[in-house]
Amino acid sequence: MTSINRTSLNRREFFSYLSVAWITFAAAAGGMLSLIFRYLYPNVVFEPPMDFVAGRPEDYDEGVDERWKNVYGVWIYKHEGRLVAMSNICTHLGCVPTWLPAENKFKCPCHGSGYYPNGINFEGPAPRPLERFKVSLNPSGQIIVDKTKVYRYEKGQWGLPGAFISV
Amino acid sequence: MKEFINIVSDPVYSFTGAIILYFLALKNMTFVGSKKFFMILATVVVLFFGWAASDKIFFTIISWPDNIPITILLVLVFWLTWYSFYKGVENDKRIESGEPPIEGTPENREKVWAWPNLVYTELFTIILGTVFLIAWSVLFKAPLEEPANPTWAPNPAKAPWYFLGLQEMLVYFDPWIAGVLLPGLIIVGLIAIPYIDINPKGNGYYTFKERKFAISTFMFGWLVLWVFLIITGTFLRGPNWTFYGPFEFWDPHKVVAANNINISEIFWIKILGMGLPHNVLIREIVGILMVLGYLAVGPFLITKYWGKKLLEKMGPARYYIMVYLILIMMGLPIKMYLRWFINLKYIVFMPEFELNI
Ligand code: FES
Repeated sequence: MTSINRTSLNRREFFSYLSVAWITFAAAAGGMLSLIFRYLYPNVVFEPPMDFVAGRPEDYDEGVDERWKNVYGVWIYKHEGRLVAMSNICTHLGCVPTWLPAENKFKCPCHGSGYYPNGINFEGPAPRPLERFKVSLNPSGQIIVDKTKVYRYEKGQWGLPGAFISV
Repeated sequence: MKEFINIVSDPVYSFTGAIILYFLALKNMTFVGSKKFFMILATVVVLFFGWAASDKIFFTIISWPDNIPITILLVLVFWLTWYSFYKGVENDKRIESGEPPIEGTPENREKVWAWPNLVYTELFTIILGTVFLIAWSVLFKAPLEEPANPTWAPNPAKAPWYFLGLQEMLVYFDPWIAGVLLPGLIIVGLIAIPYIDINPKGNGYYTFKERKFAISTFMFGWLVLWVFLIITGTFLRGPNWTFYGPFEFWDPHKVVAANNINISEIFWIKILGMGLPHNVLIREIVGILMVLGYLAVGPFLITKYWGKKLLEKMGPARYYIMVYLILIMMGLPIKMYLRWFINLKYIVFMPEFELNI
């Protein structure tokens, strides 16, 4: 005998309400999370291509050249018949060092690491020299810098073919 | 005079000076915690600032929008520290003469309702804080810069002011140590304090004499290591993260010769006159032994000469956790001095494993 004017739910009704509530809540939370997840990916990606043509070896003077630094993050360094492409990322914590022509060194503005023009670290906390990128010549004699291939000094890779071009 | 201040504010001197001053202050706490001391200190500080602010460079640095909060922080830190010491010294005197501390007197132990007593105070604090922030934001422009560019960095590139202590630490350490391990340990250590420190003395009232060790250790880490490094990082670091005195022009071409070397280089090349061995572990053996020795022999010596009573009181688990936290904290000044005196870069240097200490 159930009265029509009940004020409370019976067990079955309670559970059906409860499951509706939980499903709604889970759906809302899931939607929310997916939005957050989507938010983690940028709408516009600013990424310069990983390889580029850097002109001819004759275009460069002896020493450090900054012309690609702001676009590709690469310094070209020509010294004693070798031309290399250096990364402009400090090996300490990833700041961008400044090239100081007067002092003939790179100096990092974040914690003061210093590098010789050839990228070897000599002062401050930087643990290793600047990394070098793969350089090669294409058939028409232009330099191709490929940033996907990295040569690290402490692994003895600077002498490998590809780490430099003889000019 | 300005020349002199420029020279002594070099971290080598100013950091040493800060440590000495800190311990002098602890030794003479009854004087430091007196109103007379505060008056003297305030006069000296006001006079100094009045005099120094007439210097163009000093004024530019102090009033740079980024630096204003730190100037405020300095004033607040020293005022609040002094005030708590003042109260502690007052209570120490009372306790010595057999009275209860001020907070323990019957009229101060009376209980009051949160509403309205507490809520009113909070409301006014909120209002005043908001007014202050609005006034500040109207008076000074936010120090915004151009959009981020991955191939360019401002010079000097400074972290937000509350991180400048960390950035200063990074000058002496590898990013893994100063960027991950030490900050992590600072947070874990702060969380652990109530579990490590189970001494009920000083609960609910100010005191210095009853908690000398706890207060001195904590304040050393806070004042000498953290606040001091923020000051250095803010006011005394210019282009290329080179050190500049407070009255010194930020000349981006200032050169400080520093050829930093590792322990392994000192040991194998300078002392033994050989080349560096190829095997990483053999190459770094001295540094590794030094670090292990510090962590293994350190607690042993501390316990033997100085911590026996504490060990009994706290129990081994609490005691050794505390000793290790302190040892690691002391690693920072040790590394700083090693950098300054023997131009040391890393004690253990293993870029092969991205691990440098
Ligand atoms: S990121 Fe270059 S020195 Fe720290």
